[in-house]
Formats: sequence, structure tokens, C-alpha cells
Amino acid sequence: MYTQLVQPDESSAGDAGPEASVFEDKIDRAVTIEPTDWMPEAYRKTLLRQISQHAHSEIVGMLPEANWLTRAPSLERKLILLAKVQDEGGHGLYLYSAAETLGTSRDDMIDALLEKRAKYSSIFNYPTLTWADVGAIGWLVDGAAIINQIPLTQCSYGPYARAMVRICKEESFHQRQGYDVMVTLARGTPEQHAMAQDALDRWWWPSVMMFGPPDAESAHNEQSMRWKIKLFSNDALRQKFVDQTIPQADALGLTIPDPDLRWNEATQHYDFGTPDWSEFYEVIRGNGPCNRERLGARRAAHEDGAWVREAALAYERKVRERATA
Amino acid sequence: MSKDIWPLWEVFVRSAHGLAHKHVGSLHAPDAEMAMLNARDVYTRRNEGVSLWVVKSTDIVASEPAANEALFDAPKDKSYRYPTYFTVPKGVKHL
Repeated sequence: MYTQLVQPDESSAGDAGPEASVFEDKIDRAVTIEPTDWMPEAYRKTLLRQISQHAHSEIVGMLPEANWLTRAPSLERKLILLAKVQDEGGHGLYLYSAAETLGTSRDDMIDALLEKRAKYSSIFNYPTLTWADVGAIGWLVDGAAIINQIPLTQCSYGPYARAMVRICKEESFHQRQGYDVMVTLARGTPEQHAMAQDALDRWWWPSVMMFGPPDAESAHNEQSMRWKIKLFSNDALRQKFVDQTIPQADALGLTIPDPDLRWNEATQHYDFGTPDWSEFYEVIRGNGPCNRERLGARRAAHEDGAWVREAALAYERKVRERATA
Repeated sequence: MSKDIWPLWEVFVRSAHGLAHKHVGSLHAPDAEMAMLNARDVYTRRNEGVSLWVVKSTDIVASEPAANEALFDAPKDKSYRYPTYFTVPKGVKHL
């Protein structure tokens, strides 16, 4: 999954020494910036915010899908969903590791999430009401994530770019499994077809909003684009998502819940309606349908697991002390 | 709650086709045994390899970026170290 609404740090005014020009030169020549290289403080802080938000999204993103693990309609579906949710945990790990190279610890990042100082993608604050939601998430949410993440494999920060390569490889499986759930339901009984349509109706606009606010409202894009930690604008990515998803919905025989949706012969793109951005900002502010539940679940998992983390460390200490005794 | 953190480990995987171990990422683990188990779970779920190394990140000695010029610039004007530097007379084979 991925990031939205990252406000770049703006404390960079003082960075103008010879190191700064070496840095700028590397960015221009598409040479990756590595952890031990000099980088402007604002670049470091912005990246840290972006990567940790991305990592949190992966981890929180496990929750809505995990909701259906014990109720998957068959053993095969259950195994597939387990593998997918496990992948999301791995994605979180790759991203936390990439963020740690910027000089923070995973514990600090997790504290920031649990204390609401850090954000995660708004999409995971919506509930998964039926099995079809698992399909819709894989198809739409992971589909949107792929569009957002593929360019990031070319981003300027080496550890982030490398994490993205791994993630993108696994993400394709996520999207296909989701679409496969949708195909099965859409071609099933009228009730199953209706279930698939209902899931699309509920997940469409939140997915469209995953790309963040319109370009006109996100003035901060520019700095991130110059630093090559954001390679395409929110609106450009959103258009790509709409263009590639409509034919997929058509193939399912499902209807996108947007009366303004139509093919524009002149632009060779789909025109589409405006999402309810007030809903987006409400969810970001913590007032989505599941914000409290999601953070509550993360907090409980973190606190309930504390004794395991401590015991593992104590065991390591004991073994080490015995060896040297 | 304890703020002791699990140390960071770097993970290397060797694929089945005889290539060298390649760095694939990092993870946290309290000890080598758990690092190995976690590496197996996170980095080899899709037949990525047949051998794993885990190394404590603090045990890796890395070159300093500031020394890049001294370390890596010298070979730039030594093109004679490549076979393509030499012109092979026409018609001569297997060289």
C-alpha cells in the first residue's frame, strides 16, 4: 500500500554548501542517494515521513483483510489470503528497514503510529463487510498501490527504491488474487454478482482518493518531485488508475458508481466525477468508519506482544552469558 | 515496557543457479537463530534461494563515501585492463 498527503519538510533554506551541489548533481544524473551520503535535512525528514507512512499502511492494511481469514469461503481462498496478508507484513518490514537507514528506529516509528503522530493510508479505515470486499481490496486498492509504487522503484533514495522492487513483484499477486475473487463472484449466482457490485460501490471512491488530494490543492508535490521521491502527480496517477480499471470492471459486468464517467475521444482518457474530498479529510483527521478500531487493534497487538519481544531478548542474554561463563 | 531493541541483521540469499549470495534486505531479531528463521519467513517465500546468510549490521565494515574518489577513481583511466582495449588483427580467432 502506500502514502498520501506527505507534507515535505521545509527547513531546508540553510542547505547550500558544496555538499548540497554534489547532492543536487546526483539527483539530476539519477545517481541514487545512499544512507551514508550527505543529504539535505529536509530531504531526509520528508523521506522518513513518506517511507514510515508507507510502512504503517502495510501493517495497518493487514487488519481489514485479516478480518476474513477465518471465514474465507474455501481452504484454497484461505491459504491465498493468508499468503497475501503475510506479504503485507513483509512489505512493512522492508519499508521500516529502509526508513531506519535514515537514522531512526523501528520502535520510534511504531510509537509515532500508536501515538497518532504518524499517518497511514486513509483506505484502511473502511470496513470489510463481506467476502467480496477482500476481492475489491486486492483488485482496486492493490491495483492503485501498484500504480503508485512502480514509479517509486526509480526514486532517488536507494534503500526505498530497492524495497519497492521487491514489493512490486509481490503486489501483482495481490491484485490478481483480488480480481480472481471478483471474477468468481461476478460470474456466480445473482446474489454473488450483487455482492461484487456492492463491494465495488463502496470501495471505488475511497480507492480513487488513495492518490491524495488534487494537484491544485497539494502545493507540496513540487519539492518532492524535484527530489525524485515522487515521480508523477496525484492527478496523473489517478487518471492512470481510472483508465486501466474501467475495462476491468466492464469485463466483470460490473458498473463503476460514477454517473460522470465517460470516454473522452479528444483526450483518449476517461473523464470522471469528483470524489467527496470532505470525506477524505475527515478520514485523514481520524474520523473514518474504522480509525479507532484499527489503531486500537495495532496498540493491543503491540502491547500484548511486548512480553514476547522481551523474553526473546532475555533468552539471548542468558545464552550469551552462559557461553562466556 | 522495555526499550531494548532487537539488533538489525542483513540478509543474503544465494539462488539455486550458482550465483553468489546477494544482499536482499534487513530485519530485526534478538539472536542469530531467530534472525535465520525470520529471514527464511520474509525473504524466501517464493523459492528465492537455497542458502541464507544473516550478518549483524554492526559487523559490516563499509567504505566511506568521502573516500570514493581515492578508492574508485583510479581505474577510470586504466582502460587497458579491459580486453576491448586491444585491437585484434583481422581474421584472428578465439582471442
